Amino acid sequence: MPDILSGLKLFKRELTPAQVVKKSREDRFMAREIIDGIFTEFVELHGDRLGGDDMSIIGGIARLGTMPVTVIVVDKGIDIHDKLSKRNGSPEPWGYRKAQRLMQQANRFNRPIIMFVNTPGAFPGKEAEAQGQGEAIAKSILDSMKLTVPMISIIYGEGGSGGALALATADQVWMFQNATYSILSPEGFASILWKDSKRSEEAAEIMGLTAKDLLEKNIIEYIIPESRNHPRVFNLIRKRLTDEISSLNQLTPDELIVKRRNRFRAF
Amino acid sequence: MELYSNKKNDTSKIKKDASVNDRIPDGLFLACPYCGAQMYNKQLGKYRVCAKCGYGFRLQARERIELLTQNFEEMDADIQMDHPDFPGYAEKLKRAQSQTELAESVLTGLADIEGERVALGIMDSYFMMGSLGSMTGEKITRLFEYATAHRLPVVLFTASGGARMQEGINSLMQMAKVSAAVAAHQEAKLLYLVVLTDPTTGGVTASFAMQGDITLAEPHALVGFAGARVIESTIHEKLPKDFQRVETLLENGFVDQIVPRSELARLIAQIVRLHTTEAE
Repeated sequence: MPDILSGLKLFKRELTPAQVVKKSREDRFMAREIIDGIFTEFVELHGDRLGGDDMSIIGGIARLGTMPVTVIVVDKGIDIHDKLSKRNGSPEPWGYRKAQRLMQQANRFNRPIIMFVNTPGAFPGKEAEAQGQGEAIAKSILDSMKLTVPMISIIYGEGGSGGALALATADQVWMFQNATYSILSPEGFASILWKDSKRSEEAAEIMGLTAKDLLEKNIIEYIIPESRNHPRVFNLIRKRLTDEISSLNQLTPDELIVKRRNRFRAF
Repeated sequence: MELYSNKKNDTSKIKKDASVNDRIPDGLFLACPYCGAQMYNKQLGKYRVCAKCGYGFRLQARERIELLTQNFEEMDADIQMDHPDFPGYAEKLKRAQSQTELAESVLTGLADIEGERVALGIMDSYFMMGSLGSMTGEKITRLFEYATAHRLPVVLFTASGGARMQEGINSLMQMAKVSAAVAAHQEAKLLYLVVLTDPTTGGVTASFAMQGDITLAEPHALVGFAGARVIESTIHEKLPKDFQRVETLLENGFVDQIVPRSELARLIAQIVRLHTTEAE
């Protein structure tokens, strides 16, 4: 009986949370592919201007249709070496500070900010701590609360904890159909609460980390349906981004900020 | 019996301090969780500070009020979780409430510190390890909103193990919710003073603990984002003793001053006065 049920679920493309967790960690959509697929004229910008550049965060300016925008994308890397150097998409403090710099720059030139998040979390390293990982995330969140340009954040794989929130403090947060967004990984959750990281599947079930769960709780605004046909997905995102940004652009800077703050005040 | 039941290697670990038995140390002898020095309970004095290294033993929020203020009016005392539906959460909350006489992991209110009126928040590490629940976030947010409306400085003592797992994503959202209130308070050009106390970690470090205009800290307090064990297992390296201690943070530029507990009230009041805009 359980076999038949899970077969049915697969048929309807409805995965269990544990399956979604697994899927969210697969290389379904790559950072560069997303940038090239949605935007044109991408110009990459490096460095935090404080002494560092973190390759796990790709940032730059591009066009969305005809509109100039700032794009910030967490990159997990392509092959094993790339993944190692990007710590599988776990930013260092100087990655968040690069993002802050590009956000401030976007604000100055009145460019909307579009972020794509796929991270297991901020990197838990020695140097990261020494350089203020906590401060870097705290400032990203605080800065995001003050910017007067439209901000949309899209979680396309893993949305792990504060490291994800640092790039998801926005007017709207969207998720890919098989992405996750959570306080920490199901493994970490199980190990903290039950002292047993092997109970991660059980944790995934009760954590409510799928896009569907989070849409119900109003943590996110929209779920992007996935397809093997990536251009189709990108076309959909481009269209929706264009629509939502033009409606956010109708608001005055003050209205925009009040609305963004109220979005989080509700929790 | 107390004398014999305290195993030596147990007391040298900081982690033990969090256990309920050590909550209000009632033993004749105590070991400093930081330097390991043995001392009589009474040697700690009213500030409960290690006579050897100056480490401040963890205090309950209400104990700190006694040491810090002449006058305190609590705000939002009854705010608490409506439906703690995660398995076992309701019982945990109840236990924490009876142990701390608090409804949530932070105590907020209006206080006079050496004659200066401030909006004061004190997190309590004895309440579910000071974890950031949605009602913790709500109380701190309201404190900032009140302070912004009434043009008051905010003084916040942080102590937290991080997110409250039982509340999942809602706990994460508190980091942004409080930050929004901090942003509004900043825009009103009001002072936000943080005092980092032992321990301040995780989501609290990655939000309002690191957003102050001025950041003070108690000696040897542990402050960091990721847990030491997580870091050690990630980088396969043993971490030095003073890793994530505020002395290291001071060196790296993330703290303004490390202040002995007995000096805090005086210094806070002085800083607040320096931010009073009215001319004499």
